[in-house]
Amino acid sequence: MIRLNINGQDRDVDVPGDMPLLWVLRDELNLTGTKFGCGIAQCGACTVHMDGTPVRACQTPAETAAGTRITTIEGVSGKAAEAVQAAWRTLDVVQCGYCQSGQIMSAVALLTDNRNPTDDDIDAAMDGNVCRCATYPRIRAAIKDAAKAMGA
Amino acid sequence: MLNQLIKQAAADVAAPSRRGFLKGAGGALVLGAMLPRTGFATEAAASKIVGPADPRPQAFIRIAADDTVTVLVKHLDKGQGIMTGLTTIVAEELDADWAQMRGAFAPADGALYANHFFGIQGTGGSTAVANSWDELRMAGAAARAMLVATAAARWSVPASSVTVERGLVRHAASNRSARFGALAEDAAKLPVPQTVALKDPKAYTLIGNPSLHRLDHVSKTDGTAIFAMDIRRPGQVTAVLARSPRFGGTVKAVDAAAAKRVPGVLEVLTVPMGVAVVARNTWAAMKGREALTVEWDDAGAEMRGTEEMLADYRKLAERPGNVAADTGDAAKALAGAAKVVEAEFVFPYLAHAPMEPLNATVELNPEGGCTIWAGSQFQGVEQKVAAAMLGCKPEQVVINTVWAGGSFGRRATPDADYIAEAVAIAKAYGGKAPVHLVWTREDDIRGGRYRPLFLHRVKAGLDAGGRLVAWQQRIVGQSFMGGTPFEAFMVKNGVDATSVEGASDMAYAVPNLHVDLHSPPSPVTTLWWRSVGHTHTAYAKEVMIDELAAAAGKDPVAFRLEMLKDHPRLQGVLKLAAEKAGWGQALPKGKGRGVAVHESFSSFVAHVAEVSVDEQGRVTIDRVVCAVDCGQVVNPNVVEAQISGGTGWAIGHALRDEITLTGGLVDQSNFDGYQPLRNSEMPPVEVHVIPSAERPTGVGEPGVPTAAPAVANAVFAASGKRLHHLPFTRSGMV
Repeated sequence: MIRLNINGQDRDVDVPGDMPLLWVLRDELNLTGTKFGCGIAQCGACTVHMDGTPVRACQTPAETAAGTRITTIEGVSGKAAEAVQAAWRTLDVVQCGYCQSGQIMSAVALLTDNRNPTDDDIDAAMDGNVCRCATYPRIRAAIKDAAKAMGA
Repeated sequence: MLNQLIKQAAADVAAPSRRGFLKGAGGALVLGAMLPRTGFATEAAASKIVGPADPRPQAFIRIAADDTVTVLVKHLDKGQGIMTGLTTIVAEELDADWAQMRGAFAPADGALYANHFFGIQGTGGSTAVANSWDELRMAGAAARAMLVATAAARWSVPASSVTVERGLVRHAASNRSARFGALAEDAAKLPVPQTVALKDPKAYTLIGNPSLHRLDHVSKTDGTAIFAMDIRRPGQVTAVLARSPRFGGTVKAVDAAAAKRVPGVLEVLTVPMGVAVVARNTWAAMKGREALTVEWDDAGAEMRGTEEMLADYRKLAERPGNVAADTGDAAKALAGAAKVVEAEFVFPYLAHAPMEPLNATVELNPEGGCTIWAGSQFQGVEQKVAAAMLGCKPEQVVINTVWAGGSFGRRATPDADYIAEAVAIAKAYGGKAPVHLVWTREDDIRGGRYRPLFLHRVKAGLDAGGRLVAWQQRIVGQSFMGGTPFEAFMVKNGVDATSVEGASDMAYAVPNLHVDLHSPPSPVTTLWWRSVGHTHTAYAKEVMIDELAAAAGKDPVAFRLEMLKDHPRLQGVLKLAAEKAGWGQALPKGKGRGVAVHESFSSFVAHVAEVSVDEQGRVTIDRVVCAVDCGQVVNPNVVEAQISGGTGWAIGHALRDEITLTGGLVDQSNFDGYQPLRNSEMPPVEVHVIPSAERPTGVGEPGVPTAAPAVANAVFAASGKRLHHLPFTRSGMV
C-alpha cells in the first residue's frame, strides 16, 4: 500500500511501487484529467505538480510520489491557476484539448514562479508540452494575458 | 480527398431535381439528396441524450424545459471546432441566445446522420460545415417557426406579429413574451413545416461573429472533458495488443507464460490482428506485453527499407504510368520549349500521431451486438465492421461518440482498424467485462496508416517569352483506396484520385499538361493525412512554379497571377496574402520571402513565408502570412485557429519529420524520434479571411498544403537552396 497526497487528500493505493503516477491517477483514482500522450516524458500531456514543481507523471513512479504533495488539473487552484484558466477561455486556446491539462499545469507553474515571463522564459517552460493542433500562438498569448491579469 | 465528391454533391444541392446516386462496390457509399430533417423534441435534461436515435423529425435539436437548446452534432469534433460551428448555424436560424446553446454528439444512425457527401455517417474531407449548412439552417428555421406558431396560438395573435430575438419569443403589441423552454412541449406536437424561410445573411448576428466562444473552452481547461481514453465502465479491463513489427506479418507462435505471471494480467488472447494482453489496468497490460514472446511469420511481410522502396519507385518512374491528365501534347511542347526545368521530389511516410493515442471501449450487449465508446470518425463503417464480426445487425452496434484528442485523418479508416481490434478482443474475452483497448505511442508511430511515401518527377517548359507551355509530371506512391469500399469511386482507370488531386486538376493555365501515376503495392498500410494528396501535390507544384518563375526572370506572385486569370478566388487570396506580407519590399541579406497558393476541399489558401537562413543552413521562420477564402465564415475564431494550426502542422512535419523503415522495421517509435513541432518553433502566423457570401467550405485541411512550399520558396529566396527532398533535413537544412 502506498500513501499519496493528491489535491490535498491522502489516498492509499495498492499498486506496485514502479507504477507511474500517471496510471495511479487515471486507473486507480479515476482522475482522468491528467493525460497519457507518450509515456516517455516527451510530450507533457501528463504534467502534474509535485510540491509545486511541474513533473511528468508518466515518468514518476508511485513510490517517488509518496510523501509529496501532488496537484492535478482537477485540484489546481490559486491566483495563477485562475488567471491561466481564465485567459485560456477568453482566447479560446483549445482545439482537440487533449494536451491542454498539461499545458495549463506547466503555465501555472511558470506564472507562480515568474509573474512577468519573457518569450524565452515561455519557451523554456512550455517546450516540453507538445500540441499537435499547434495552438502554440494562443498558448503564448494566454500566458502573457494571465501574467497581466495577475499583475493587475 | 473528396473534392470531386464535394463538387458533385454541391451541384446536387443546387439542382435537387437531378439528385444523383452513386454506389460503391460494397454499396457502402451513396451520394444522395440533402434531405431537410427538421424539428425538435423536449427533454427534461439535455445532458441525458444518449443511445439510439429518436424519430427522424427530432434528429438535430432538443429544447429542454430549462430553456437550454442542444444541437445533436453528427460530425466528430477532434479539435476542429465543429461542435461549436454546427451549433452556431442552428442558433442563428432559431434566433437563440448563444448562452442557451449546448452541443452533444449524435448517436450512430446512418438513416438520420449520414454525411451527404459520403452516404454514410462520417467526418472527413473538411466537409462538416458544407454538408450541414442547409440541413441545420432548415432545422433551426423550422424549429423557430414551430415556436412562433405555438406562441401565436397561445396568445391568439397572427404568427406574423410574433418576433424572436435572443431566445425570447415576443408579441410586442400585447407586450407578451415567452422563453423557448415554456413553448417547447406544445411546439413539439405541431407538424414540421414543409417550407421555411432562411435568413438573409445580412441579418446574421451569430454566424460570422468573432466574439462567440467555443462550447468546449471550459471543459477542456479544467480536466472534465471526456475523451475515449477517459471512459471508465464498471468492471472494465484494459487491453494492449502485440502487433507484427513488420507490416503484413502474422502470428506464428506465442509464449504467454511470463506475461501471465505479471501481477494484474488477466488473460492473453490471440486475435486475428495480434496477441492481446488483458489486464486489470493499463500499466499491468503494458508490462504483460513486454513479457510476451511472440514469433511472427514474415512470409507476407514488407521486408524492404524505405531506401530500397525509393530505389524501386525511381525505376518505376522511368516507365509511363496510368494517365491522370492529358491535355495537348506535353512531350512535343517540351521538345520545342525555350527553357526546360526538371526536378525530382521525395515525400516521406508520415504518421498522424494525434495527441490522444487510439483507443476504444467495447462492451458486448447481453441481447446481442455491442456498445462502443470512441472518438468515432466513421460511425457508418464501424457499425458495419463490428456487426460483421459479432454476427449482428449494424443497428445493434451502439456507438457513443466522445471528444477525440486529434485525428488528422487517423481515426477514419475504411476498415475501422482499431475499433475492429477492440471488438475482436472483447469478443475473445467472452463478454466477461467491458474491454478498453489502448494503443501506446509506440503502437501509433509504428502502426502504419501513414501518409504514403511519394516520388514526383516534374518536367516543365517555358517559351521564349517566359510563359509556361508544358508540364509533365509522374507520380509514384501507394494507393490507400485500393481494396476498400471507396475503391469503385475513387480509383478510375488505375488512378487513385487522392494520389493526384492538386496535380491532375492544376489551376495554372498550361496548354500542354500530362500527369501519370504508378501505385506500387506494399503491405505498409497508408491512409489520408490532413489534406491528403495535396500534402505532396501542392508542394511539388508550388516549388516547381517558383523555379519556373525564376527561370523566366519573373516575380513569383506576378508569374502566378498571369496563369490564374480564370481563377478569381485563387487570385484573391494570392493578392491579399502578398499585400499583407509586404511582398516586394526589400529584405536584408540572408532573409527571403516565398509564396504558394492552392485550392483544396473547395477552399482557397495562399501563404507567404519570411525566413532567415544562416551560414550553417539553419532556417528560422520569422513570419507567416496567410489568406483564406472559405466562403461564408461561420466562426471566425475557429477559422483562424484551424488555418494557423494547419500551418504549424505543415511546417512542423516539413522541417524534420519522416517515418523510415530498415529491413521492414520502422526506425522511429515515439516523440523522441518523430519530433513534433514545439512552441518555440511555431512562427507567428497571421490569418486574413476574404469576406464572402459563397457557400461555406472547410478549413480543417486547406491550411496545410501551401505552408511548406511557401517556406521552401522563401529558403530559396534567402539562400538559393532548393528543397526537393522532404523533410528539409534531407535537403541539407537544419
